[in-house]
Amino acid sequence: MSASVVVTGMGVVTAAGVGLDDFHAGQLAGRGTARWVTRFLRPEQADYVAIAGEVDLPEALALTPRELHRVDRCTELALVAAGSAVDHAKLDPAQLDRTRVGVVIGSGMGGAATYEAGCRALHEHGARAVRARTVPMSMLNDAAGSVAIRHGLTGPCTAVATACASGADALVAAYAMIVSGEADVVVAGATEAPVVASVLAGFSRLRALAKPGDDPTEACRPFDAGRTGFVIAEAAAVLVLESESHATARGAERHARFAGFGRSSDAHHSTIPHPEGVGAASAITKALRSAGATPGDVSFVNAHGTGTLLNDAAEAAALRRVFGPRLDRLPVVATKGVTGHPLGAAGAVEAVATVQALRSGVLPPTANFRVPDRALGLDVVVGAPRPTDAEFALSNSFAFGGHNVVLAFTRA
Amino acid sequence: MDRSEILRQVASVLTGELAVAGADVAPGTMLREDLGLDSIDLVELVTAFEDRLGRRVPEDRLGGLDTVDDVVTLVGELVAEGEGVSAP
Repeated sequence: MSASVVVTGMGVVTAAGVGLDDFHAGQLAGRGTARWVTRFLRPEQADYVAIAGEVDLPEALALTPRELHRVDRCTELALVAAGSAVDHAKLDPAQLDRTRVGVVIGSGMGGAATYEAGCRALHEHGARAVRARTVPMSMLNDAAGSVAIRHGLTGPCTAVATACASGADALVAAYAMIVSGEADVVVAGATEAPVVASVLAGFSRLRALAKPGDDPTEACRPFDAGRTGFVIAEAAAVLVLESESHATARGAERHARFAGFGRSSDAHHSTIPHPEGVGAASAITKALRSAGATPGDVSFVNAHGTGTLLNDAAEAAALRRVFGPRLDRLPVVATKGVTGHPLGAAGAVEAVATVQALRSGVLPPTANFRVPDRALGLDVVVGAPRPTDAEFALSNSFAFGGHNVVLAFTRA
Repeated sequence: MDRSEILRQVASVLTGELAVAGADVAPGTMLREDLGLDSIDLVELVTAFEDRLGRRVPEDRLGGLDTVDDVVTLVGELVAEGEGVSAP
């Protein structure tokens, strides 16, 4: 596919910053942001890993109590990120053919808190205690539908759910809408609100989560030799993707170019990545081919980098397969050290981080990286921000289910 | 329970459980146009009184609710039914 698609707006809410400026500053600070989760039990009472990245929404951005009566936190975060992205893109739906503006919002879990509350009410008090809004508030596509309703966007509207690749897959779906001619503009990204007792317990039982230690901000350690797992986090990020001709016609600023993508399936195991990173490598290679690029064109990689033993090893193996000896000098950034892992939202958050690095000419340091894992052999950006003249970058997303999605961005 | 007490309780459910803010809840207030309620809100509003009073409202009654006064009337009927059945 060769149609030109550009990024004309971005909005982001994470534990490491709400809004583009705060998020960029949070990345450059290079410190983890997880904290003890106290909303269910005192951490010492919880028999699950009770740390997470939680978003502190400023009052001016948060929904009203009346609005929150109708939507889950998952949709709230998406609405805030989408509103920021639409503003950033100076997108005025009243001035557009709204039938040509689409929406794609991914999520791994949807309104998990609402669903959990419904289950609890059912089992404790019976069916009549289940809220009438349980289904619309917990359904995975509520964020997408709510964004379309909020902004009056009547083009194609859909949701994607590929666990931790949902955000990247949402951007691929948006790109496909544009290059196929179905839409001129797509408001696309992903959201996750997984700080829910049953979700924390479920991932704890999988033994996927980082050991909290004494300081939760130091728990997520992507590519570090002492990494122990990932840290669950809330987040949402939304980008405005637009055909270049449409952006030109309305005089929109371009923040980056969506240069291509690659996807594959491990077809191996539900939760364990292929140990040799075969599927991930295939997705990276396809992304390069899609963008008309070679491994030598890649200036840096925003890694999936969750901080689990298995992901980071498989990802390093995949990168080595594609880049060979070049990998020794290829900067790798892992945003999750700062943000934690917002599951389905991760790919969209990291797309924003990738575009910000291309635009700013600065690669943020990976948090909590102290002891290199020599077996991985990666040039992880650590310590301080690293200047870059990057023109072309990849953002990796790999997911439970074996989904591999790699996005390619270039400077606009 | 007289109509003014029922009105007070309807207003309390609207501003409390349904988080309706900034609106004047009077008998003539339109549920949809003035308060922005949708059909699911009406289910929640009626359910709150069903649960309080231990009575059930036939579903076809919801469509006939246009004003706060209509809700007060409906709740008054539930109260009367309850008193008729379970008066000591």
